[in-house]
Amino acid sequence: MKNPINGLNKIFDNRIRLGVMSILMVNEEINFNDLKQMLEVTDGNLATHLMNLEDNGYVKVKKGFIGKKTNTTYSLTKAGEKAFTDHILTLENIIRGIK
Amino acid sequence: MNEQNQPLETIQDIKRIMERSSRFISLSGLSGITAGVFALIGAYFAYDWIYEYDIRFNSQRFTVNDFQNLKMNLLVMAVAVLAAALISALYFTWLRARHTHRQFWDHTSKRLLINLIIPLIAGGLFILAMLQQDEWRFVVPACLLFYGLALVNAGKFTLNEVRYLGYLEIVLGLINTQYIGYGLYFWAAGFGLLHIVYGVFMWWKYERKV
Repeated sequence: MKNPINGLNKIFDNRIRLGVMSILMVNEEINFNDLKQMLEVTDGNLATHLMNLEDNGYVKVKKGFIGKKTNTTYSLTKAGEKAFTDHILTLENIIRGIK
Repeated sequence: MNEQNQPLETIQDIKRIMERSSRFISLSGLSGITAGVFALIGAYFAYDWIYEYDIRFNSQRFTVNDFQNLKMNLLVMAVAVLAAALISALYFTWLRARHTHRQFWDHTSKRLLINLIIPLIAGGLFILAMLQQDEWRFVVPACLLFYGLALVNAGKFTLNEVRYLGYLEIVLGLINTQYIGYGLYFWAAGFGLLHIVYGVFMWWKYERKV
C-alpha cells in the first residue's frame, strides 16, 4: 500500500509558503504589500519564499508601476494550482486515514 | 499525537487564510442601524412635505413653483440622507477595523467597494434617466432593486448575511411595483426598517462580546 505521506509537497512544509499559496488560490492577483500585511512577515522573509515558489514554477511575478512606484503582483501558475490542490487532497486523505 | 493533528491544523490554517484574504469582515452592524435611522428621518420629512404640497395643491394659492420646490427639496434630502448614511457606515466600519486590529483599506475592502458600486452607479443613472422622462412611479422600486442587486453582488466579498439583506431588498422592490403610489412606505421599510433590523442582528451576532 502506498503511504499517503508521499503525496505531501515538501515546498509547502513552510507556513509562509503555505500562506502565500492559500491566498493566491482565492485571489487572482495580489501585490507584495498586501501579502506582507496578511501574513505579517518581514520584506526579506517574504521575498525569499516568493522567490522559492517562483523558482519552482508555482508562482508568476508581474512587475508594473502605479505612478512612479513599482507594483509587483503575484499569481498562481497552472502547475502551482495543481501542486497545491494535490497537497490539500493528500492532507485530507491522511486525516481520513486516521479516523 | 502531535503528528496526527498536524494535517488537520494545516487544513484549518489554509481555510482561515483563504477566508481572511478574500472577504472584508470589518463591516459594523452599527453602520446599518445609523443608516436606517437616517433613512427613517428622511422619510418622515418627505412625508410631511408631500402632505403639505397636497394641501396647497387643492387650495387657491397653488403655483407652478410649488412643484419645483418640492422636487428640489426631495432631491436635496435624498442626497443628504445618502451622504449621512455613507459617512456613518464608513466611520463605524473604520472603528471596528481599528478595534479588531484589521486593515480598513486593503485589497478586500477595495474589491468589496468596486462590486458594490457598479450596480449602484448603473441604477443611479437609470433612475435619473427615468426622472428625465418624468417617469417617477418606478423610482422607489428601482432604488430597492438596484440596491438589492448591489448587496447580493457584494455579499461574495464580505459577510454572507449582506447577501440576505440584498434578497429582501429585491423582493421588497418587486412587491412595490404592484403598489405604485406607496413608494415612500416601501422606501422607509427597505432603507430604514430593514437596515435597522439587519444592523441589530449583525451587531448582536458579531460585535456584542467585543
